[in-house]
Amino acid sequence: MPKRDDIQHVLVIGSGPIQIGQACEFDYSGTQACRVLREEGLRVTLVNSNPATIMTDPEFADATYVEPITTEVIEQIIAKEKPDALLATLGGQTALNAAVGLHGAGILEKYGVELIGADMDAIQRGEDRQQFKDVVLKVGGEVPRSAVCHSMDEVRTTVEDLGLPVVIRPSFTMGGLGSGMAHTWEDVDRIAGNGLAESPTTEVLIEESVLGWKEYELELMRDQSDNVVIVCSIENVDPMGVHTGDSVTVAPAMTLTDREYQHMRDVGIAILREVGVDTGGCNIQFAIDPATGRMIVIEMNPRVSRSSALASKATGFPIAKIAAKLAIGYTLDEIPNDITRATPAAFEPALDYVVVKVPRFTFEKFPGADPVLTTTMKSVGEAMSLGRTFQQALQKALRSTETKAAGFWTRPDPEGATLENTLEALRTAHDGTLYTAERALRLGATVDQVHQACKIDPWFLDQVAQLIDLRDEIEAAAVVDEALLRRAKRAGCSDAQIAALRPELAGEAGVRRLRHRLGLRPVFKTVDTCAAEFEAHTPYHYSTYEDETEVAPSNRPKVIILGSGPNRIGQGIEFDYSCVHAVQALRAVGYETIMVNCNPETVSTDYDTADRLYFEPLTFEDVTEVFNAEHESGKAAGGPGVIGVVVQLGGQTPLGLAERLEAAGLPVVGTSPKAIDAAEDRGVFGRLLAELGLVAPAGGTATSYEEAREVAAQVGYPVLVRPSYVLGGRGMEIVYDEDTLAGYISRATDASPEHPILIDRFLDDAVEIDVDCLCDGEDFYLGGIMEHIEEAGVHSGDSSCALPPITLGAAVIAQIRDYTAKLAFGIGVRGLMNVQYALKDEQLYVLEANPRASRTVPFVSKATAVPLAKAAARIALGATIAELRDEGMLLPEGDGSDAGPDDPISVKEVLLPFKRFRTVEGAGLDAVLGPEMKSTGEVMGIDATFGLAFAKATLAVYGKLPTSGKVFVSVADRDKRSIVFPVRRLVDLGFTVYATEGTGLVLKRHGIDFTPVARHSRAVKSEGELDAITLIGSGEIDLVITTPSASSGPRTDGWEIRSAAVVADVSCVTTIQGAAAATQAIESASRGEIRVASLQELHRRLRGAETAAA
Amino acid sequence: MSSRAPAILVLEDGRVFRGEAFGSVGETFGEAVFNTGMTGYQETLTDPSYYGQVVAQTAPQIGNTGWNDEDDESRRIWVAGYVVRDPSRVTSNWRAKRGLEDELSSQGIVGICEVDTRALTRHLREAGAMRVGISSRSTDAEALLAKVLASPQMAGANHVGAVTTAEPYTYAAKGPQKYTVAAVDLGIKRNTPRRLAERGITTTVYPATATVDELLSQGPDAVFLSNGPGDPATAGHQIEVTRELLRRRVPVFGICFGNQILGRALGLDTYKLKYGHRGINQPVLDRHTGKVEITAHNHGFALAAPESGEFFETEFGRVQVSHVCLNDDVVEGLTCLDAPAYSVQYHPEAAGGPHDADYLFDRLVELIQHTEGAPANA
Ligand SMILES: Nc1ncnc2c1ncn2[C@@H]1O[C@H](COP(=O)(O)OP(=O)(O)O)[C@@H](O)[C@H]1O
Ligand SMILES: Nc1ncnc2c1ncn2[C@@H]1O[C@H](COP(=O)(O)OP(=O)(O)O)[C@@H](O)[C@H]1O
Ligand SMILES: [Mg+2]
Ligand SMILES: [Mg+2]
Repeated sequence: MPKRDDIQHVLVIGSGPIQIGQACEFDYSGTQACRVLREEGLRVTLVNSNPATIMTDPEFADATYVEPITTEVIEQIIAKEKPDALLATLGGQTALNAAVGLHGAGILEKYGVELIGADMDAIQRGEDRQQFKDVVLKVGGEVPRSAVCHSMDEVRTTVEDLGLPVVIRPSFTMGGLGSGMAHTWEDVDRIAGNGLAESPTTEVLIEESVLGWKEYELELMRDQSDNVVIVCSIENVDPMGVHTGDSVTVAPAMTLTDREYQHMRDVGIAILREVGVDTGGCNIQFAIDPATGRMIVIEMNPRVSRSSALASKATGFPIAKIAAKLAIGYTLDEIPNDITRATPAAFEPALDYVVVKVPRFTFEKFPGADPVLTTTMKSVGEAMSLGRTFQQALQKALRSTETKAAGFWTRPDPEGATLENTLEALRTAHDGTLYTAERALRLGATVDQVHQACKIDPWFLDQVAQLIDLRDEIEAAAVVDEALLRRAKRAGCSDAQIAALRPELAGEAGVRRLRHRLGLRPVFKTVDTCAAEFEAHTPYHYSTYEDETEVAPSNRPKVIILGSGPNRIGQGIEFDYSCVHAVQALRAVGYETIMVNCNPETVSTDYDTADRLYFEPLTFEDVTEVFNAEHESGKAAGGPGVIGVVVQLGGQTPLGLAERLEAAGLPVVGTSPKAIDAAEDRGVFGRLLAELGLVAPAGGTATSYEEAREVAAQVGYPVLVRPSYVLGGRGMEIVYDEDTLAGYISRATDASPEHPILIDRFLDDAVEIDVDCLCDGEDFYLGGIMEHIEEAGVHSGDSSCALPPITLGAAVIAQIRDYTAKLAFGIGVRGLMNVQYALKDEQLYVLEANPRASRTVPFVSKATAVPLAKAAARIALGATIAELRDEGMLLPEGDGSDAGPDDPISVKEVLLPFKRFRTVEGAGLDAVLGPEMKSTGEVMGIDATFGLAFAKATLAVYGKLPTSGKVFVSVADRDKRSIVFPVRRLVDLGFTVYATEGTGLVLKRHGIDFTPVARHSRAVKSEGELDAITLIGSGEIDLVITTPSASSGPRTDGWEIRSAAVVADVSCVTTIQGAAAATQAIESASRGEIRVASLQELHRRLRGAETAAA
Repeated sequence: MSSRAPAILVLEDGRVFRGEAFGSVGETFGEAVFNTGMTGYQETLTDPSYYGQVVAQTAPQIGNTGWNDEDDESRRIWVAGYVVRDPSRVTSNWRAKRGLEDELSSQGIVGICEVDTRALTRHLREAGAMRVGISSRSTDAEALLAKVLASPQMAGANHVGAVTTAEPYTYAAKGPQKYTVAAVDLGIKRNTPRRLAERGITTTVYPATATVDELLSQGPDAVFLSNGPGDPATAGHQIEVTRELLRRRVPVFGICFGNQILGRALGLDTYKLKYGHRGINQPVLDRHTGKVEITAHNHGFALAAPESGEFFETEFGRVQVSHVCLNDDVVEGLTCLDAPAYSVQYHPEAAGGPHDADYLFDRLVELIQHTEGAPANA
């Protein structure tokens, strides 16, 4: 059946801010969807509150709404845009839930909008755990014994009958939020309690545990004539009990015979049909008992999922793109396979390589968080790699994650590791289980012993054992000869790994020289969906050590853009955004763009983003080999080869490689590695500031406690300490006295051994300012100035901010522009630079300068309609700011420092992951903000006034903004004055006030009534007096305002209150500035003034006649 | 693993691939073909249609699930040689009885591993299927090439005799017997009688040389023409038998080789494909329903498509091309409109492969029901 002609206009819902369990994979799928629908000549309206996405670039939709994804807001958009259809299966759980909400509120019906991709009943059948189980049983599948419970009583009776342990899971949540494995009755009460709270339908599923079974996933696609294909099978290396998102996974499945695989396929297809996902993709999870082969069905996601993104990158079959085409009526046989061109999409990809995905965790950022891997997803990102064998793919994937260990043997075993305690450690799943398994085997455990301990399939364990055998050979060999080195490389060992085993080879560089001398270079194979049965037309490559390379010669000038690797807190989608922009900009002017990245969730790793895609680890070795292959083949074809390597846009990952790459002779373009170092090296940077006459907070560096103490004494407490060369404020703390300092040094020295500790005077009560700018050596262009809402001390990545600045005077802005220009020229920036300032007592302090694309580039670009990253890429390759002004990429005159009085206000707000984590005891984490970044994602709110913009941003993050009800207030002494006014406004707006003693007294004196509340239960004095923890826990409070008292010591005071708020999922404001902003937001919201406007309208306003280039 | 002896693979056009000994050590020759299935190596190796062929597996990890006693598709391994990238040194599956390599060795199958199978596959794709030799005895490529050039061609080869059963045997219906079918064993796979049995059909399997009278001696409700190796042009006898069955209006169902025989019996030509279809992910369009099925293929020859059109005329009346492969429009099935006969080029019995085409066995039951009353051996 051809395309439907009754649909002309589709509304696409994105997935909002990046969060654990829902990362940039949905930017990838949404971007593909929008592109496809536009190509099909449909009008596309898009809503997504996340500015750091490619999909929200104005050119991807006809009307782009960077607005909160809530029923009310989307209704306004529908009323305004009048779409014929809604596509909600490509925006993750957020979009799906939004669709359910719109349907429930009768809005789709009211405006005659048809839900395409999956109908409501199908969504219900797929998402509602009980209905789904019925479906499975109906088609003859098996499910774990279970019962859906709506109350704790039901829960208890069920558990009694199933017996412990049990799995507890809420319906309609994503990434396993609120779910867990209960081994004891205490666990049951706790997890089921939270679960009932998390579930929008207050229901949890109590399920028989099949812990330790093998876990599999199938990615299926169905079209409206009921053709079904399996795009990919995925096997989890980690057994059942570890969330698939936290598991090391492999594609295709490694340990199934055809019979078992076909049975899984049959059941999967039967379920898909019974659920009635009429068109599009879906994901089904299975568990298999390794002893008997008994197969049970775990769950289905009736939408494009995280695994779909993985499957798309793993196979070359673009699930989201095809899903979009199916949604508008095409059938699989009508859609061509882009890669082969000759064959249709109605087929099942055949892989002639192995794909391994390894999750990336950031527990170090959440001290106290329980690091045990369970049924709740905790990883923040992932790296994927391809190899011709499992061993090769695994080893490449391990070094792609950019953890401290870059693959096996690259870090010493932990102190006092014995066979016994290593096997013991394997009994609980943790970050790096495979490293532990490798150690156990190396220490003499048998594959079976290790299997018993961690339940990882013996096949995978034997693969690791084979690597250990190889290791022994490498260590034992008299000389590492060609044959042995070749085998090591074929097994995926990096030069660094081999160097670690053979010190006399003089390190990685030595191994590399030896390898090159022996002529051992990787070849590059192609991902072609068909195991070479048909010719591939898309250069999507991965490295391996074999006979034949498939890099096509080309004489065009080539530019390599290095991506940002796995998402982690501090380095996420924003950097992929900038890389994609660089590709677009450079492609547009005729360069052959070559993307290198290893993050399967991203747009940059879509095979049709760049001219060529290399799915490779971002290590020195892997990158230089890609360069070599492209450069040599380019020159052989009579072209210039690679004329530029762009390291500036992928965050710290490529930046960290810049120096070595240049030393190895690669043409690093843009800001020179030397200049980069000038900005990163405190000493050099300090001298530069002095020369330029700019001020930085007093400070110094130290490598020992003694030195640290002296520096701290000189600059005076409080001081801010941190390791150098970090992103996202890793290991950064505010220290108030010597003891704490001593403690920090002892802990932090391993945070980054090769770099010293930095110590700065901590500026209290300072306004922080973020600036992004461009410089070409001749000219300077200020992209945008962001005024932070929270004071300095809250990491720039965690604080909300406004653009244009809302309180800064013209003089300050002029000074900021002047300072920033000085810095840009002083450092020698060729491209983008981000500067952070603190403004205290009229003095502007330079906190840091990052000579690279920053986290805020997408936000600024969208707020100002100027594509900074595109400009930076062009400048790196020699274009001048003047030229870019003429082209219209940059403003013809003026820049981001002269915003007009009527320009709309853009607010960035962040999403914090606290509620996803629990302490070992199951308590919530402290939600306080500090200099170490903790947020996973951001949203943007745009409106005429700050209040409205901030209200939108808050809505976008929390989905709700209390406009009346109960507010709990408890602030530090220094904040008591400033809290009076906001609280008075809240009272006027109809809030009733609960406060702790001190705060309450101040309010009372200003004539504000309040109900007294004890700080915590221990403090309860009088009979019947409430305590904050219980009160908040009971969910009675709608808004919590509590600021930590900085003066009194570490900013952890009052954490009980904050974590109670986290557990109860109550909006919690922890800074005085935040309180004021929230009040304005609530005020505006309660006046019901929230109106929607598209980015295109905004940009037309900002750029006058010329059409937005962003 | 280093413990393995070096081995070489030499194609008739002189291209040499180096690897290591796998399976039994020795020398072997055949037609080089590649199979893209990611599961089902045990079924592939025991599929008689691979007789005389050296099979390269494009999936790199082979042998992971070992070898079990249930999944053999015939009495032995038939491939002439086996080419893989990375054989598993252990087996992991609750049904596994032994390792793949043990089985290859005990059945004397010469293989080669650690080969750049992707490069080999791309070469065969571009240059076409051709003769090949593997040696894990000597690594003298020149010498081996000479022997390859001396080895027989696939075109014109009659291999049916080598794979067919010596004596007739019967596979009983599951549950009450509804119908009986006489199957001509040109290299039949075990799963075919199994799929028939599921539908209450008892199958008697006859040697390829069986005459029409032998086939009809038990008064079967239909005759089945199985899959098998070799060049259909050499299957003169079976083609004649089929023409007689058509004359007598005996219901006929053919698979793979059987499809080519029915086609030739109807007057169509067969030709050799450049590199064939061998895999379990091939999209086939059923022209009756307009639906796509993902199917298992294993064929190096195909029926020459008649002038496109609704149907074409033959001496047995109108015939329709019922199925085509969406990848390359190769004829994948025929349905006679005026005679009770149909066939497909691919493998509805799967094993290995998807079960999408299982409905074709139901069609046989329908065909039998419709032609009932038409006495088989009248
Ligand atoms: N019955 C069970 N026994 C043991 N582990 C389970 C069970 N059900 C699910 N799990 C584990 O929990 C994880 C998350 O469960 P799942 O149903 O996939 O929820 P989500 O919607 O978060 O993906 C699964 O990946 C699996 O490892
Ligand atoms: N001297 C200081 N006084 C107060 N706050 C500071 C100071 N230096 C840094 N900060 C805070 O710490 C955060 C992180 O510091 P920064 O130098 O930007 O590290 P990163 O490289 O992680 O961005 C800043 O955003 C700011 O809020
Ligand atoms: Mg899941
Ligand atoms: Mg910073």
